[in-house]
Parts: sequence; C-alpha cells; structure tokens
Amino acid sequence: MDEGIKQTIKEYILKEFLPGERPDALGDSTPLVSGGILDSIATLKLVAFLEERYEIRLEAHEASAENLNTIEEIARLVQSKKG
Amino acid sequence: MAAGGILHAHLEEAARRFSDRRAVEETDGRFQTYGELAALSDRVRDRLVRWGVRRGDRVGFYMQKSVDAVAMLYGILKAGAAYVPVDPGAPASRNAFVLADCAVRVAAVEEVFAESFRAETAKIGKTVPGLLLLGRVGGGEALREALDREDRNDPAPRAQTVRPDPEDLAYILYTSGSTGKPKGVALSHRHASSFVDWCSETLEPRETDRFSSHAPFHFDLSIHDIHVSLKHGAALVLFGEAVGKDPGSLASLIAEKKISIWYSTPSILTLLVQYGGLERFEVPNLRWVLFAGEVFPIKHLRAIKTLWPRPRYANLYGPTETNVCTWYEIPREIPADRTEPYPIGKACSHCRTKVVDAEGKDVPPGNEGELVVAGPAVLSEYWNLPEQTSRAFLVDGEGERWYKTGDLVIEEANGDYTFLGRRDRMVKRRGYRVELGEIEAGLYKHPAIEEAAAIGAEDEESGVRILVFLKCAGNERPTIVELKRFSAENLPRYMIPDEFRFVDAIPKTSTDKIDYQRLKEMKA
Repeated sequence: MDEGIKQTIKEYILKEFLPGERPDALGDSTPLVSGGILDSIATLKLVAFLEERYEIRLEAHEASAENLNTIEEIARLVQSKKG
Repeated sequence: MAAGGILHAHLEEAARRFSDRRAVEETDGRFQTYGELAALSDRVRDRLVRWGVRRGDRVGFYMQKSVDAVAMLYGILKAGAAYVPVDPGAPASRNAFVLADCAVRVAAVEEVFAESFRAETAKIGKTVPGLLLLGRVGGGEALREALDREDRNDPAPRAQTVRPDPEDLAYILYTSGSTGKPKGVALSHRHASSFVDWCSETLEPRETDRFSSHAPFHFDLSIHDIHVSLKHGAALVLFGEAVGKDPGSLASLIAEKKISIWYSTPSILTLLVQYGGLERFEVPNLRWVLFAGEVFPIKHLRAIKTLWPRPRYANLYGPTETNVCTWYEIPREIPADRTEPYPIGKACSHCRTKVVDAEGKDVPPGNEGELVVAGPAVLSEYWNLPEQTSRAFLVDGEGERWYKTGDLVIEEANGDYTFLGRRDRMVKRRGYRVELGEIEAGLYKHPAIEEAAAIGAEDEESGVRILVFLKCAGNERPTIVELKRFSAENLPRYMIPDEFRFVDAIPKTSTDKIDYQRLKEMKA
C-alpha cells in the first residue's frame, strides 16, 4: 500500500471536514461515514478530489459509503484504480 | 367533489378510475398499480382494525421509503388513524421518543431497526401495544408477507374504510424542537387537502404525469408528492435514500423514468448541476421543476435552467405548519446581472398572509416584519404542546388565528414577499429545519462538555455551515473525531455540526445569556 496516498487523503479530510483536529486523532481505520465525518455531500467532494488528484474515474457503486468508510479502504480503492 | 377533502378517498376514487395504471414505482422497476395499492392498503386497514386501531388513533411507521411504506400509509388512513412517519436514518432513540410522544397504537417497523427501537422504547419506560415487523421492504412484498404471517395466527376480518371528519388528524410530522425534543406538527385531512387542491389547480396534473418522490416521508415535501400524484391517477416514482443522494444516478433516472413533475430542495438541484452530468440526458417529459425548503442561490438556479430550459420553475415557500403558503414562478429568462435570489412570491389562493411587527401590528409594504399566515392549511396545534401552540399564533381583533412563521420578509411594491432571514435560532440545512438548541441539547449529553453554543454561518457552497463553540469540563478535550461520532449517535445526520471550536469561556451578555452575536463575530 502506498503510504503517500493515505497521507494525501488524510490531509484532505483533516483540512476539509475536520478543521482544527489534531492529525493523530484521525487514524487509517477511523470510521468516516458511520462516524459522522463524511456525509453524502462530503463524500461527493472527496470523490471529485480523488478523481482529479489521481486522474482516475470512480463509478457510483464504487464510491458508496461502504467502500469509503476508512482511509485504508479509500486508499485501497484509489490504488486499484491507478493500476 | 366526491372525495370531500379526505386523503384516502382520493386514492379510492383514483383506484376506481385507473385500476390498471401504475400508482407507485421504485427505481429498480418494482411497482404496484392503483388496484394493487388499494387492495394492499385495505389489508393493512383490516389488520390495524383487528389490533384495535380506531378513528383518532396514531400509527407509526419506521422503514425505508418503498411501495410498502405507501401502502402502509394509506392503510393507516383507511383505518381512520393518523400516520406518523419517522426518519429511518435518525438515531433509534429519537424515533422511540417520537412514537412514544404521540402514543402510537401500532408501529410498522422494518426488522433491521426493530432491536434498537425496542431497546430505546424500553429505556424511556414505554411500550408500543402493536408491532408489525417487516423484512427488507421493497415492492410491497415485505408488507404482504408480514400481513400473511399475522393472518395465519389470527385472521383479520374485512373492515370498513373509515370516513373521517375533515378535521380529524391525517398525519403528524416531527420537526426539530428548540428544547432538544422534536415537536409534532399535527395536521388534519382538511389542512392537507386544501394544499393538495391548490396543487391541482396550479400544476394541472393528469394521469399521464410521473411525479418524483425525492423527499423522505417524514419531510413535508412528501405531502405534495404522494397525495397530489395519487389523487390524479399519475405515477409516483420513489427515489430511495441512497440513490436520492447520488447525483449521477439521479440525473439518469430522471430521464429514464420520464419524470414530468420534480420537487426537491434546492440543495439537491445544486448537486445535480455540479455532479450529475445533466448535459448527458434528455428530459423532454419534464414540465415542472418545483423547489422549496431553503433559498436557491441564483448561480445554481441559472445553471440548471440552462441545462433544462423547457420546464416551468417555481419556488414554493412554507413551513411544515402551513405547508406551501406562498409561491413564485421563476421567469423564463434570468437576467445575466441578477445576483439576488428570487422572492418567495405571493400567497397561494388557499392562504392569507400579512407582515407584522414585534407587537403584532400590520407593517406597510416596503418595511421589514414577520410573515404570518391564516387559512384552512394552517395547523391547529403541536401534538401535546399547548404552550408552544399558543406562542405560535397571533390572534387578531376579529379572533382570527395567524401562524407566526418566524421568517422576516419585506413586501415589495408589486406584492411579492422577499425573504430576509429568521427571527429565532432556526437554520435551514439542505432543506431541513434545524433548531440550533436541539444540537446543543444533544451535545450536552457528552460527559466532557460543560457548555455548548451553536451558530449557523452562511456558506457560499453549502448554504449554511453549523459551527459549535465548546467549553470542556476539566482539561481533557475530546477529539473532533470523537465529537463527530458522538453527534452521529445522538442527532439526525443533517444536524451533525460542520465545525467544533474549543474556547475557555462562552461569551455571555449582561443578562448572563449566551452572546450569540459575539460568537458570530468570533467565527471569522
């Protein structure tokens, strides 16, 4: 797993959705959707960011809450798309 | 008219005329005709009557939006009871409170929610006398199976459909309450049908129309979707929770399902513009785009009108307590230099409106004041809250009751009302009413929080951001991740704050109240 991808995702989530949070409070397996950090609009923003940053295309079923609940899962999805 | 302002009589009438037409459809293609929907809701009625439900009772339902939920709702009305839909996405504790508050005699609950619902109901020392458990809903199957199961143990004889008085309650919708407890807006058949009839007159629906049902059933936009479409023999297309938030799927479904009358919050239309890829789909059937619930930023309205130039657009305004009471049709062309949102327009033909000052005296046009509403659509009371009910009304010299909307407006020279803002601590977030006090009350349950003060801040992109200032007990501060998780467990999702800030002290006014004005200055 590319640690850089995780770091990029983590920085984006901290900046956009958790302003003021200590970076160490957000772990790779912190629940994002069920934990109230990503709502539907935040998820759309995150997907748009990932698509642009990594030049990939995520289909609607891939970008569902179940696939995006942790940084770990998001990074895995991005990695698989980058091929 | 034969139906006489009774909501389920509209369905019965349509079922006689259009028995084989599609009534309700899910996006995966499952549907029921008018004949099937009438028959399934008759079975619900029979079961409810068997279980002792009588005219004037309340019956709740706690399930995903589905054909099953629509049949349930009409079965409740046919039994003479009022329906109480709860938000399947809200915490079980809140839903248990709602259904206990209005003392439902029966609740229909989808199995996935049953365990936590039972536990939360027991926690507050209540029980629901009758529980109808449904498997995973969809297409009406789970409801039919549940009724079959109950019939095997205890057959329900055929009952009469109740013809209620138009003043009888038809439904109770719970909205955010400033004390931290949701409050029930109780509305009768007469209240609802005065609005439904206005929609008939204004939108001229036909049986060939296909209505969207985007809003959830606990949200008052659903009254239009369900009761106007089914009155006219039209098809109601249910957009479920997941697909409803996915702009790409929504855009293709609006085209594929040939929606002709769309109704949602501006937030959803904004998402469609930004992420839906609307230019990829033709929508020749679309003839009305209706929006309500919040201000529509002109930039996004202009963008959607460019992508969908053909339909008529209307801004519908009104709190749950009155349903839509003023409206404004957006002109064909939006001038390029217009930056102000459009007005909320003039009173609908079934409502009377005026603007008053803080003493309740009429304010002349051109001056700011509070919009008040009278007429057959205006609620009689909040469920079991006599004090809040009396505070909500202004009674004039002739004894007429005017509902105080809490919205500040100006009446323009041409008679249109322009919305200016709120008088109190309510904000609209994605079309939902959010009492900032309810968020604070939810956060006070956290052991580390000593004081919480929430404010709404205007946001270019999302409309409103919710910012909470917190003073913690002792030196231990919870992380923001922890506060988000705690909020998700204690508040509906649309109330989870966007931002938390820790402060050493919450600023106070000279009378020792939280100084929200000062907090708004501090947000920068």
